[in-house]
Amino acid sequence: MQKMTGAECTVRLLERQGITTIAGIPGGTNLPLYDALSRSETITHILARHEQGAGFIAQGMARTTGKPAVCLATSGPGATNLVTAIADAKLDSVPLVCITGQVPTPLIGTDAFQEVDTYGMSIPITKHNFLVRSAQDLLTVIPEAFRIAMSCRPGPVLVDIPRDVQVEEIAVDAFPLPASADAPPVVAQSDIEKAAQMINSASRPVLWVGGGVVAAQADALCKEMAETASMPVTMTLMGLSVIPRDHELNIGMLGMHAERYTNMAMEGCDLIVAAGVRFDDRATGKVNEFCPNAKVIHIDIDHCELDKLRSASLGILGDIKDVFSKLLPKIDSKPRKEWNEYLGALKAAFPQHAPMESGFESPQKFIRLVGEIADDSAIVTTDVGKHQMWTAQSYPFTGGRQWLTSGGLGTMGFGLPVAIGAALAAPDKKVLCFSGDGSLLMNIQELATAVEHNVNITVILFNNQCLGLVHQQQELFFEGNIFSCEYPVALDYVTILRGFGWHVCDLAEDCSEEIVRQALATEGPCLIHMPVSRDEKVLPMVPPGAANRVMIGGDSNG
Amino acid sequence: MAKRTVLDILVKNHAGVMAHITGLFSRRAFNVEAILCLPVADGATSRIWLLVNEDGRLEQMMRQMRKLQDVYEVAACSEYTSVFSDLTSVMNTEMETVE
Repeated sequence: MQKMTGAECTVRLLERQGITTIAGIPGGTNLPLYDALSRSETITHILARHEQGAGFIAQGMARTTGKPAVCLATSGPGATNLVTAIADAKLDSVPLVCITGQVPTPLIGTDAFQEVDTYGMSIPITKHNFLVRSAQDLLTVIPEAFRIAMSCRPGPVLVDIPRDVQVEEIAVDAFPLPASADAPPVVAQSDIEKAAQMINSASRPVLWVGGGVVAAQADALCKEMAETASMPVTMTLMGLSVIPRDHELNIGMLGMHAERYTNMAMEGCDLIVAAGVRFDDRATGKVNEFCPNAKVIHIDIDHCELDKLRSASLGILGDIKDVFSKLLPKIDSKPRKEWNEYLGALKAAFPQHAPMESGFESPQKFIRLVGEIADDSAIVTTDVGKHQMWTAQSYPFTGGRQWLTSGGLGTMGFGLPVAIGAALAAPDKKVLCFSGDGSLLMNIQELATAVEHNVNITVILFNNQCLGLVHQQQELFFEGNIFSCEYPVALDYVTILRGFGWHVCDLAEDCSEEIVRQALATEGPCLIHMPVSRDEKVLPMVPPGAANRVMIGGDSNG
Repeated sequence: MAKRTVLDILVKNHAGVMAHITGLFSRRAFNVEAILCLPVADGATSRIWLLVNEDGRLEQMMRQMRKLQDVYEVAACSEYTSVFSDLTSVMNTEMETVE
């Protein structure tokens, strides 16, 4: 029997769960937790400069390892600042355990200083949430939070702990076992048989993979499945790293910023094997005109995704790795020559818009260049905007948990703190963060956190002095009425970053491959600054709300 | 009037459970016509009846509800709608005002 406070109990439970790094910011109502954390021998605390930064640092760790990561914030503004990072984790199914301090239990509901209804506020953006009523409850709540975060479709869980619960002393007989993930649903054998029969009899099948395949670590199986069936593979934004960029069956990302031939290939298919995708509007375009003639096999671990937006001919509830390992032996090896030749002809008639060569002439060529110079194991993060789509279209991905981007929520400010988290979780790897000037400013304070921990990240900043995608949409769809998206004052990012203690490589002054190589070889945080014209667009493009066959641009090789 | 049914939901009885359930409906702009909720057995669980329109989204709502950690069982039972009809006469009386 050991006596300890609720705060000490929480820290012990986190240690037992194998947590070694926590990102957060202390404040009035979580100080007992911080006091206990200071005595932990196994947990390192990363002091962020804004709670949203802390939330995204935790996301960077979770997206890199696939395991739940922890962030810590105080009540009131600490909790509200976390909200964006939590909502982002919910939409991209990232396992997080977010712990917030709360005003003492007797003060809850009195509009106390720094009180906000964290529990109520977090309901729609978490997988589950808890308001802890007593220190004894922590022994069940903390392991439950981890179990829920990592089971089946992962997601964020919030645990709100009032200050008096943190200081309450309890006697602990024995700690509960660390939580483990629930077993995934068992796949029906009849579904496997039916899926195999549908794939084998299809003449123009496409395998469509998304973030669920990355979460299930089923990328190798996907590749094998595609190769066996000679089935071309298209990816959502979240699934880009599943198949290597240069694989002959890779037909690229589909949807709003797809290559023309990709969306046209989808129009022509007779079967979609959709794995770990959620038929998002950015991928399908106008959903009732999406591949109207194709049958759909939809594999997902979340029952809610099946038939949500498109009723599947066959919905399979299960873990993709499990489903594919059972399905693969039943798939006939077929060349599907006619279908693949047709796709080859499409590709020849509508050549890839993204440049084939690397260089300095355009952001896309430069992204290719960085990808060619960087190690294959490099982790790539992005912010949100033009640079994100250019990176999606041009980076030479090689596979796995290499690609960390805000797919569902589309959060500007994501890239830098997620890169910090990725670098903390994988200290042996280089982390690249492709960003824009609009996005970088949204969490610029974390430049300090990066320097403090000397994380090995390189930020590639495409500076077009505007909110680029807004600029593009106003130009294309609002008759060129450019409003409130340009930054009239040119900020001196070179001086700003140097002021934070970053290494800087300014391509505005001098650009050569050698300089880029040196920048990427720099250990610790480094900026590559690249000025970009506002007129550089993201093309091709499906206008919002249109069917995927309606595309602007992309008929020439840029 | 649209055809009505009752969602019969068994939940863990605690302060936040109703917010979890009703939140699912409000954020999808799915109207709940009436609510009944009573603790059952030893009070560790509650049973919630929701009177809702029977439309195409109902199956998705039930799947979403089954994902909630505090929800143990969900079923749609149209025969319970009469309970709400019986309550209508009670609820339609004027509210007693305290002078």
